[in-house]
Amino acid sequence: MSDKLGFTIDGKECEADKGRSILEAAADNGVYIPHLCFMKKLRPVGSCRVCTIKANGRNAAACTTPLADGMVIENNTDELNDLRRAIIEMLFAEGNHFCPSCERSGSCELQALAYRLNIMAPRFPYMFPLRKLDATHKSIFIDGNRCIQCGRCVRAASELDGKEILGFIGRGGKVRVKASSTRGLAGVDISPNDECVKACPVGSIIVKETAYRVPIGQRQYDATPIGADVESGKA
Amino acid sequence: MQDLDPKVLAGEIKAIAETEDNKRTRLINVVRKVQSAYGRVSEQMIDMIAQTLEISRIEVEGVVSFYHFLSEKSTGRVPIYLNNSAVSEMMGFEEVKKAFEESAGIAFGQVTADGLISLSETSCIGMSDQEPAALIAGKPFVNLNAAKARKIVAGIKAGKSVQALVDEMGLGDGNNAHPLIRSMVNNNLRKKGPVLFGAMAKGAALRKAVAMTPQEVIEQVKAAKLRGRGGAGFPTGMKWEFCSRSKGSRRYVFCNADEGEPGTFTDRVLLTENPDLVFEGMTLAGYAIGSPKGILYLRQEYQYLQPFLEDVLAQRRKEGLLGKDVAGKAGFDFEIRIQIGAGAYICGEESALINSTEGKRGEPRDRPPFPVQEGYKGQPTLVNNVETLAACARIVEMGPQWFIDQGTNVSSGTKLLSISGDCKRPGVYELPMGITIRMILSIVGADDALAVQVGGPSGSCIGDKDFDRKICFDDMPTGGALMIIGPQRDLLKVVHNFMRFFVEESCGWCVPCRVGNQMLESKLRKIFEGHGTRKDLDDLADWGRIIKSASRCGLGQTSPNPILTTLTNFRSRYEELIKEDEYLTGFDLEAAVADACDATGRTLNLA
Repeated sequence: MSDKLGFTIDGKECEADKGRSILEAAADNGVYIPHLCFMKKLRPVGSCRVCTIKANGRNAAACTTPLADGMVIENNTDELNDLRRAIIEMLFAEGNHFCPSCERSGSCELQALAYRLNIMAPRFPYMFPLRKLDATHKSIFIDGNRCIQCGRCVRAASELDGKEILGFIGRGGKVRVKASSTRGLAGVDISPNDECVKACPVGSIIVKETAYRVPIGQRQYDATPIGADVESGKA
Repeated sequence: MQDLDPKVLAGEIKAIAETEDNKRTRLINVVRKVQSAYGRVSEQMIDMIAQTLEISRIEVEGVVSFYHFLSEKSTGRVPIYLNNSAVSEMMGFEEVKKAFEESAGIAFGQVTADGLISLSETSCIGMSDQEPAALIAGKPFVNLNAAKARKIVAGIKAGKSVQALVDEMGLGDGNNAHPLIRSMVNNNLRKKGPVLFGAMAKGAALRKAVAMTPQEVIEQVKAAKLRGRGGAGFPTGMKWEFCSRSKGSRRYVFCNADEGEPGTFTDRVLLTENPDLVFEGMTLAGYAIGSPKGILYLRQEYQYLQPFLEDVLAQRRKEGLLGKDVAGKAGFDFEIRIQIGAGAYICGEESALINSTEGKRGEPRDRPPFPVQEGYKGQPTLVNNVETLAACARIVEMGPQWFIDQGTNVSSGTKLLSISGDCKRPGVYELPMGITIRMILSIVGADDALAVQVGGPSGSCIGDKDFDRKICFDDMPTGGALMIIGPQRDLLKVVHNFMRFFVEESCGWCVPCRVGNQMLESKLRKIFEGHGTRKDLDDLADWGRIIKSASRCGLGQTSPNPILTTLTNFRSRYEELIKEDEYLTGFDLEAAVADACDATGRTLNLA
């Protein structure tokens, strides 16, 4: 039996190794499926649902669904893109985001996805939540206002740094990422070079005194949109 | 509360953890015991638990903050949790809430100055046929009214025990009066059917099962065409077969008694009146799939049944129906333990239930792998609900054809229904599959029903034109809840209650469910406040569709149903509330600038 599986995405004939998720299999074939909570090297958890595709007619998260032989996948359709837009808009409405003054502007995946998906303004009402800022650490802070609860930092800390220092508390709309200490970030073993710090896709985990080192205009998504690396085969 | 000496406290917490063998997987039990001993799980206690179990404090805090009945802040020594479900609201929730507040002298969310009483709201506690109901120090109080609420608070203040208050107010029917239960809950078991309440010879099904091969037992369940009674309706025999064929070093049988769907209380009645049948079903499932271990996951709301259920298990052990060489079958060992939850609707989802039993936050898992492949502790795990397992025992005892004959060809057997709301005879009914809603309404005394919520909030809200539809898998499948809404009710208030429930109970893992349900709830509020337009109705439908199609588990995939089905079936109720303008600001401009106008002496020109 071959170790390759055949499938189609939006009609394009593709092939990928067995054991790949739909999202990875698509990327192997130069097809970008928008995503936010997924990150290479981390266990996928399907929490943001931005990578929702249709596999054989049924909605599924591309990051957690294994590719099966002969799968017919829909990705770049009006319906799915509107679904993704809605999810991104929900995230903008749920937190307190301030792109124009955020030091991650231009390298923020949430913002980049909003541009890629042509979001002008959220269809949902802003919720203006009260969220905490943990600035107890000398060189790192976590701003709950910009956090999207994707859990990339939590997984990176545990899976890449080998430290159980971050986790989720609360449930429903009250879910928050928190440091594993009564003293906040200052009470845990974390440093600016840790993978968990780099894993944040938005401006929630910030290393102090590094803002604007890369000028606006030269940042990650200033010249090419998010996903362009996958589509050009450079990812 | 006086501060405890940290050394003493640390010692006590160590002792508590010891009772759970210091196992990380028993974290829920440890924190439940700490909560019960101190009325809270404080920051300091979280640290101590983490140290004792050798896990990070955030894991402990994550669990404490996830479950409803655990809290870092102190509850009263006698915590009162008043159920705020839709039926409770219909039957006098507000009046009872006010009476509790007045007599206790505090508002909901507070604790009395002497630390005696705390008042909180809670989601449905499985007593919808006797609302309003409350859990007081873990014991259910039903059929409340203002006078009873005042009497209860006075009794607590006078130093009476909660059990003494229960005894004063009178014990309930059937086994509720059993010395090991002594509860005022009523079963209201109005129709006993042949499957779940027919005469049962203890052990008969099990002895028949062990005389067969495990595969033959699975074949019987398959032949009976039994589909899971929890609502999803997956063929039970197939699930057993998948599980029995999955590779693993150990298999597990879970009985899902989380029953969090508002309006559902069939599990409660089955476990009170016929627990042997349920345990018999679990045990023969264990035989069929080759498992030595069964776990009954019981929601915390039903913990008052625990001593009684433990006693039933002890009896079964004595009679050789549990333990070593069960039912005389050499080599078939099977044990059952009871895992109590800590208050979370989502734990009724099978993979969330497994996470909870492993001592984690009750968040659902991604699938695949399915629990039958990789479940509890990574091993093949069979999760069936209470009624399903009970039915399995009867199928093996009486034969598949007998079971099929009780229902329709596509939907075999009977269905246990819990009926609540505006009807003369609320309670539990075992009825044949295929019965129409109209028939049911006539049986329970609700000929004038405006609407029926079939399957709880996650089901459908239907009106008269659909009353001839049938309860069965090929028409209207249901986990068993029928909430009847009479013509005198404001239907949309019920819908709003359901949406608040989903906002409260979403686990928060995925974006569409976590955020989307809040958006739907606030949009409903906007409409009630008179600021809604036709666009808002379209938004409700669009957003509901998005949430359903993008959510990760059954909660978000069904939570918009109350809105979507009432928009279809009762659209005029919404239209009465909206304005015809295409756009409308969400606030009253004139009122908002009134102060400024006053101060400047100007008048607002809205023309």
